[in-house]
Amino acid sequence: MNFKNFKINFKNKRDLIPQVITVVFILLVIAYFTMNAQNNMGNRGISFGYGFLSQESSFDIQFSLIDYDGSHSYARAFLVGLLNTILVSVIGIFFATILGVTIGISRLSQNYLISKTAEWYVEIFRNIPLILQIFFWYFAALRALPLPENSINFYDISYLNVKGWYVPKFIWTNFNIFLYSIIAAFVVIFSLNRYAKKRRDESGKQIPTLLISLAILFILPFLTFLIGGVSLTFGIPELEQLSTTVFVYKNGVSIIPELISLALALSMYTATFIAENVRAGILGVSKGQKEAAASIGLTKGQILKLVVMPQALRIIIPPTTNQYLNLTKNSSLAAAIAYPDIVLVFAGTALMQTGRAIEIISITMFTYLSLSLSISVFMNWYNKKMAIKEK
Amino acid sequence: MMKSIKNWILIIFASSLLIACGQQGGGSGGKKSKTLDNTKKAGFVKCGVSQGLPGFSNADASGNWTGIDVDVCRAVAAAVLGDADKVKYTPLSAKERFTALTSGEIDVLARNTTWTLSRDADIGLTFVGVNFYDGQGFMVRKNSGINSVNDFKNGISACTNTGTTTELNMRDFFNSKNIKYEPIAFEKADEVVQAYDAGRCDTYTTDKSGLAAQRTKMSNPDEHKVLPETISKEPLGPVVRQGDSVWEDIVRWSLNTMIEAEEYGVNSSNASSLKESDNPAIKRLVGAEGELGAAFGLDNEWSLRIIEQVGNYGESYKKHIADTGILPNRGPNELWTKGGILYVPPAR
Repeated sequence: MNFKNFKINFKNKRDLIPQVITVVFILLVIAYFTMNAQNNMGNRGISFGYGFLSQESSFDIQFSLIDYDGSHSYARAFLVGLLNTILVSVIGIFFATILGVTIGISRLSQNYLISKTAEWYVEIFRNIPLILQIFFWYFAALRALPLPENSINFYDISYLNVKGWYVPKFIWTNFNIFLYSIIAAFVVIFSLNRYAKKRRDESGKQIPTLLISLAILFILPFLTFLIGGVSLTFGIPELEQLSTTVFVYKNGVSIIPELISLALALSMYTATFIAENVRAGILGVSKGQKEAAASIGLTKGQILKLVVMPQALRIIIPPTTNQYLNLTKNSSLAAAIAYPDIVLVFAGTALMQTGRAIEIISITMFTYLSLSLSISVFMNWYNKKMAIKEK
Repeated sequence: MMKSIKNWILIIFASSLLIACGQQGGGSGGKKSKTLDNTKKAGFVKCGVSQGLPGFSNADASGNWTGIDVDVCRAVAAAVLGDADKVKYTPLSAKERFTALTSGEIDVLARNTTWTLSRDADIGLTFVGVNFYDGQGFMVRKNSGINSVNDFKNGISACTNTGTTTELNMRDFFNSKNIKYEPIAFEKADEVVQAYDAGRCDTYTTDKSGLAAQRTKMSNPDEHKVLPETISKEPLGPVVRQGDSVWEDIVRWSLNTMIEAEEYGVNSSNASSLKESDNPAIKRLVGAEGELGAAFGLDNEWSLRIIEQVGNYGESYKKHIADTGILPNRGPNELWTKGGILYVPPAR
C-alpha cells in the first residue's frame, strides 16, 4: 500500500467537495442496504449474530488437516474448510506454475512437434469450462480406477484405487530435532550464499554454492538420525476386508480422489494461461538483448538465466498473479465433487444447519478477499524485487 | 487534516442514525395477507421444488412438473386462483431452499424438507404439516455381504448430500455404534448417485423414499438394495415464511383437504356429485355447507377445486409414488383408519 499519493490538498477546498459527496453517497447506499436487510430480517423473525460459531457443529468432514469431528465448533469447521482450500490452492499453484512454464517454453521450441503439441494443449484446455474439466477428471478417474481389492500396486508400499491413493504414513520419534536441523541447514545455506556473493563482488572468485548447499541440506538432517535420537518408521497401507466385497486400506495415509482430481483440473486449466504469459514474457525481450549477451561471450544457459529471464519475469509476474488469484477462487468449485473446501463445509453444510445465510456468506466472502489480497501482496513484493533497480 | 476527520465523524454519525431509524421502522400488517394479495395479483403461486426427485417433484422432458410435493403447490393454486396449473416452479438445491423462501423468491416450499425444531423455530420458517412420513436408510450393493446396519465396520465410506439432515443423522448413527466412517458429501443428488455407482463409497444414505427413487437412476438397479433399518424420523412437509398466518393457514388446509378427502372417500371424479351427500362432513368438503373459505378470504368452493383438479391424497400417492414403482407399499403414509399415521384435524 502506498499512502504517499493519498494526500489531499486541503488548500483547494473546491476540489474536496465532489470527493466528499462521493463518500457520503457510498455510505448512504451501504446504510440503505444494511437498513433494508435488518428491516426484512426483523419482520421475518430472523435474528442476526455470530454466536453460532462457538456451537457444536455436529457434522463430520471427510478430510481434514487438523484434528476435527462433529463435536468441535462451527468455527473449527470453518478452519478445516479454509485449510483445505489453501491446500488445494497451493498444490494447484505449484503444478500450474511448473506445467505452465514448461508449456510456455515448449511453444517457442524450434521443434515442430513440441511446439504444436504445446499449442494444442493450450487451445484445448483453456477453452473448456473448468467445471466440466473437474467433472471429467473426477468421474473419469473414478470409472478408470480399480476397486480396493484390485489396487494398482507401487512396489508394495503404495496403492492406488477408486477410494484414493494410499501412501505410507511417516511415524517419527523426536520430530522436533529433525525440524530444527532443517531450519539450521537453511540458516547456514542463507549465510553461505551471502558470503559467496560478497566474495564474488570483492574478488571475482566463484564458490560452487549450489553443491555445498545441497550437501548441507542432506548432511545436517542426516546427522540427527545418527546422533540426535531421531528415527523414522513407515506405516505401510494394508488391505482389510470389511465384508464380502467391501475392502479398505488401513495404516497408510489416503490422498482422496476428490483432492487429486480437483488439483489436477485446476492446475491443467490454469497452466494454459500461465503458459501464454511465459511465452509473451520471453517474446517481449528484444532480440538485441540476446545478441548483445552472446557477443560478450555468455553461454546459452547464461543468456537465459542472466539476461532473458530477469527481463521476461517483469512481463510475466503481474498477469500470472491474476492466474494465481483465479485458481484460488476457482477452487470453490470443489463443492461439486465433494472436496470439503470452505464453500462446501462452511457456506454449504454449516449454512444449512444454522440457516445464518448473511453471516456465513459474509465470513466466506471476507475469507476469499483476505486470501486473494495475501497472494497479491506477496506477488507485488516479488514483482518489486524483480523490477529494474535503477542505480 | 483536522477538517477531514471532522467530516468523517459527521458522515459516520449520520449513517449510524439512518441505520438506527431503520431498526425501528419494522412492523407487520394486520389480518390481511400480503402473500395472498401478491399471489392473486401475479396470477400464479410461486413454489419451490427439488431439482429432480422422482415421485416428489420431477420435471419431464417438456418441463411439466409432477409428484406429491408438486401436488401441494397445485392444490394451493386451485384454492387461491381457481386453476391448479397456475404455478411457477423454482427448482432449488438443498442449500438454496430456505433463503429462497425467506427472501420472498418463492411463497411455498414443497421440496421433501424435513420438519425439525431448529428449522421451524430459528430461521424464520413455519412448517404447515406433513405430506410424507419418511426415514433415513442405507443402500448397499447386493453382493457386498452387508445385510443389516450391524454389518458396518470401521473404515466404511458413506456418500450423501450436503446441507441435509441426513448428514447429521449419519454422524449420530455411526457415533452411537462406535464406527469410524468416511463421510463424502456432494452438493447434488446426481453426483452422489454417480460416485456411489462408480464404487467411490460403500453405502449411500438418504431418506428411504429418496433411495428408492435414486436406485432407478443407477447403471444396474438390480445390483443394489436398501437395508431394512430406518435410523431417523424424517417427516417431510411444505414450508412457508413466518409472519403471514393467513397464507400459512391456506397452505396447511390445502394439504389437509387432500388427506381428509381421501378419508371420506371423496375423489376427483365423484366430488361434484357429492354435493347432495347426506354426510355433513362431506358436504363441507365440497363446499355445499358452511362458510369455511371465508376464514381466509377465499370463496366457498376452494376445497372442491382442490379435490376436482388435483385429487385426494390417495390418488396423488398412487399416481406418483406407488404406480411409478418407488414405494408401492404406503407404510406409515396410510390413513389412520387403515393402520397408518395420516391424521388431520377436521375441516369444520
